[in-house]
Amino acid sequence: MAQFGFYYDNTRCTGCKTCVMACKDYYDSSIPVAYRKVFDVEGGTWKEEENGAYSTDAFMYHISLACNHCDDPACVKMCPTTAMHKDAADGIVKVDVNKCIGCGYCVMACPYDAPKVDRERGHAVKCEACWERLEAGELPVCVSSCPLRALDAGDIDELKQKYQGTQQIHPMPDASITEPNIVIKPSAAAELAYANTATVTNPKEV
Amino acid sequence: MEFPSMSRRSFVKTTGALSALAVAGATATAAGSLIEATPALADEATSPETDRFVWSQCNVNCGGRCIFKWHVRDGKIDYMLTDDIGNADFQARACLRGRTMRQWVNHPDRLQYPMKRTGPRGTGKYERISWDEAVQTIADKLKYTIEKYGNDSIYINYATGMYSATGRTTERLMNCLGGYLPMYGDYSTGMHQYVMPFMYGVGTSPYENISASSVDQAGKADLVIMFGNSPAETRMGGANVVWDYARAFEEGPEVIQIDYRMNEDCSGTVDEWLPIRTGTDAALVAGVAHELIKNDWVDLDFLHRYCQGYDEETMPASAKGQNKSYYDYIMGAGYDHIEKTPEWAAEITLVPAAKIRELAKKIHEATNTFVVQGWGLQRHSNGESATRAVCMLALLTGNLGREGTNSGMREAEPPGAPVGSIPSSDKDPNGVPMNMVKAKISCYSWLKCVAEGSNFQKELDAADELALFMGAQDPEAAAAAAAIEAPKNGIKFLWNYAGNCISNQHGDVNLVYETLSDEGKCEFIVVVDTFMTDSAKYADILLPDAMRAEQLNMSTNGYSEYYWGVTVGGPAQEPPFECRPIYDVFADIADKFGKKDLFTAGKTQDEWIKQLYEAGAAVDPLLPSWDQILAQGVYKRELPTAIAFQKNIADPVANPWKTPSGKIEIYSEALDHLAATRTLSEGQVIAPIPLFDPGVEGFGAVTEEFPLYMSGWHDKARTHSSFGALEVLREYNRHRLWINPVDANPRGIKDGDKVRVTSPAGTVVIEAHVTSKIVPSVIAMPQGFWHEANMQGDKVDTGGCINTLTTYVPSPLAHGNGPSNSIIAQVKKA
Repeated sequence: MAQFGFYYDNTRCTGCKTCVMACKDYYDSSIPVAYRKVFDVEGGTWKEEENGAYSTDAFMYHISLACNHCDDPACVKMCPTTAMHKDAADGIVKVDVNKCIGCGYCVMACPYDAPKVDRERGHAVKCEACWERLEAGELPVCVSSCPLRALDAGDIDELKQKYQGTQQIHPMPDASITEPNIVIKPSAAAELAYANTATVTNPKEV
Repeated sequence: MEFPSMSRRSFVKTTGALSALAVAGATATAAGSLIEATPALADEATSPETDRFVWSQCNVNCGGRCIFKWHVRDGKIDYMLTDDIGNADFQARACLRGRTMRQWVNHPDRLQYPMKRTGPRGTGKYERISWDEAVQTIADKLKYTIEKYGNDSIYINYATGMYSATGRTTERLMNCLGGYLPMYGDYSTGMHQYVMPFMYGVGTSPYENISASSVDQAGKADLVIMFGNSPAETRMGGANVVWDYARAFEEGPEVIQIDYRMNEDCSGTVDEWLPIRTGTDAALVAGVAHELIKNDWVDLDFLHRYCQGYDEETMPASAKGQNKSYYDYIMGAGYDHIEKTPEWAAEITLVPAAKIRELAKKIHEATNTFVVQGWGLQRHSNGESATRAVCMLALLTGNLGREGTNSGMREAEPPGAPVGSIPSSDKDPNGVPMNMVKAKISCYSWLKCVAEGSNFQKELDAADELALFMGAQDPEAAAAAAAIEAPKNGIKFLWNYAGNCISNQHGDVNLVYETLSDEGKCEFIVVVDTFMTDSAKYADILLPDAMRAEQLNMSTNGYSEYYWGVTVGGPAQEPPFECRPIYDVFADIADKFGKKDLFTAGKTQDEWIKQLYEAGAAVDPLLPSWDQILAQGVYKRELPTAIAFQKNIADPVANPWKTPSGKIEIYSEALDHLAATRTLSEGQVIAPIPLFDPGVEGFGAVTEEFPLYMSGWHDKARTHSSFGALEVLREYNRHRLWINPVDANPRGIKDGDKVRVTSPAGTVVIEAHVTSKIVPSVIAMPQGFWHEANMQGDKVDTGGCINTLTTYVPSPLAHGNGPSNSIIAQVKKA
């Protein structure tokens, strides 16, 4: 595998957060730390109609994101110790915990908010694509947990061949910043959201 | 979803945990267990001393039983995997809740020892006692209660926190001791399950696949109309309804989600959600019906051939010429004499008249329409009318009995499961006898029965009433109904195993506190659970249960999962502290009466599981052998599709509906008879046809003091109140009150504000979520959050339990929990 990536089917995702909890259980991460997160996005307004009725163009969707193992990872560029690095073999962005001093520059740099500093462990932590599982021929825990089969993972070129998609949906950061290795199948609501005001409504949960 | 081929490096540094990933089976090692004798299946790469996998299942009541693959290290569960067997599309993958089960099992707040109450009931003050003292106290109180008040004063409360083949043995214990006061119905479907037989006939139930179609049929429809159905939050597992609908919808039907809030099944969609005021679905149906009739879009041949009471032509003799048909209701010739125009419906439902006309047109133009409802709609004070009304959309247009259609009931459920449970009585004449008590009560009436004591009146269930009405059609059922008695002394002893329906999941928590505080009424309460739930705070004796992960567990496909399966495995770890399996505790209690051998039939729990499994395998030859199921842990197979009432529609003469008329009864004489003979509370309605009735605390009941309608829903953070102790679920799914900006802005409420919600029953403090995902004039919050209040002080609930706000008015027909979603309220900044 030259470069690892994720596939995410935004049309199927119901925002259930099974991926988040499966990952947290597998890695026994503390309550505030999650390597994968689900953002709730919503928008739309209401209009009063005849007979006291109402109409609305309200919509909502979710975005499940872990680390996108970017081609040009901001966290790696910002890391003062080279602890944060891109594995040459599979393109997975990993933390060398022996080098990491827990300064948190990676947290500030990443536009996806993927790395965290685990204060108890004293170093940065993040999604490393369950690389041990990959080597054993297993899928990452989040992928094999999804009740909607909305996630996949593997070589990004093969994912791009297998699935149609995009690198970003609203309000994700511009993909040109870090070149994320993700293929997203956008939902109708996410496509609509580009022309609307849609916001993340669960900032305390991500 | 197949994983693309990848270059694989060899395993250089493997930990025990990772090398164990390849292990397929699970073995338990508890000394003396049945499992010990079976061949060990550990992979060579695994050290069974330190790492092993153990199969188990989720045991809560979402309807599913997702499959757990516990990873155990050094005798302790350290993480969970889920069903990873075979075809990825047919795996019972655990949802977010299931994936936190390790934290439940290993939670520091688990109940650890038997305890007795030291403070007032409901305040949660306890001290540790020995198991000997606990068992002796319970046995003494049982003897006292049986002698003084009779077995019909001992009630086993409705509880669904634990499903397992050996999980429910309280009834068996009590049948060893002369019986108990049984209950009927449930808190999930009470109104629905007791009214639908009046329309679709005796035997119609939410828990079968005759009266409803399986979800795959939705994929064969052009149009799917969902009323308040959100499996993305209720039935979330990987072999559960959410996944079945996801696949069906990808086949391309147009989907319309009628709901007062934008539920998670609407995620990512545009124009799917049709917002409606809570509790007014029957008015929407009436408006659509008017449009169908006006445009001559109804299927008259279907209605005349298969149904009674659509119009005068098929009215029974007793009701002819009185303008009591459904047609006369809709067109304004009968009942309230109002024509049910879309404009009339718009005012009630908030759905614009143009949208109502559009919906009627869509149904008319579709070849096959699949109409389906969730269970929240019937959990209203008018639920008994509303749940039938939804079915009218299918009946008016003849969308029944063929591919791509449904009866309007919730999607089909599997016809049982491959293995049974420990029976409450034995067929063997020397075994445990049947319950001797002739009284019974509705599951929701227990609090009334406690309060009223010997004044509590006989309370037949609606199926009994229907049997009495049908009389000669089934004399045996009619005779059984006639023999039912009232409990003589109310409820004096209350059993509560693994459930939270004493307070949190009942209605009107403050009334519960008031009623149970009087220890002269219900004299003794035993609760068995794993946490100090709000219900547990009412226990006189509180016992710590062992989790099913700490015992050999056998369970099956859930009642809502449309497949056939069984899982056997465990224990994954030993019970902590003094937690004990309830089966062993009940055997000890039976022993105090000299009935231990009767209760156990000479078997340990593990031996019961083997016998129950082999009994199932004897009638289902496709099941693996006992040794084989122990080795593989999991057995599953798919079920054939189901189409609602297919046989009846194909040949109604050979297969009549089991109603008094043999037809689908849009007009029910039996209901008309009950409407005339039952004493009802103010605002309650029993109607012979599925009309719109506002209900108690329903449409039009708002006041200056309580100007908003309020409802609850089942959200993803918990299954009812199960998982409620887990911080991680609370942190990632914040408990919030949904309020539309139309209602929030004039109150100065902003997203994230703390607000006080007050109803006629109580007050809750909660965080506000100002959102367009809820219809104006309605506020809502998820049910199941744990009540947290100073019951000797202001009783303000900071935990956010919706039943602090519900009133306690059992529904008119089923005596069920109709008020659950019918609340009026006010909200202010806290």
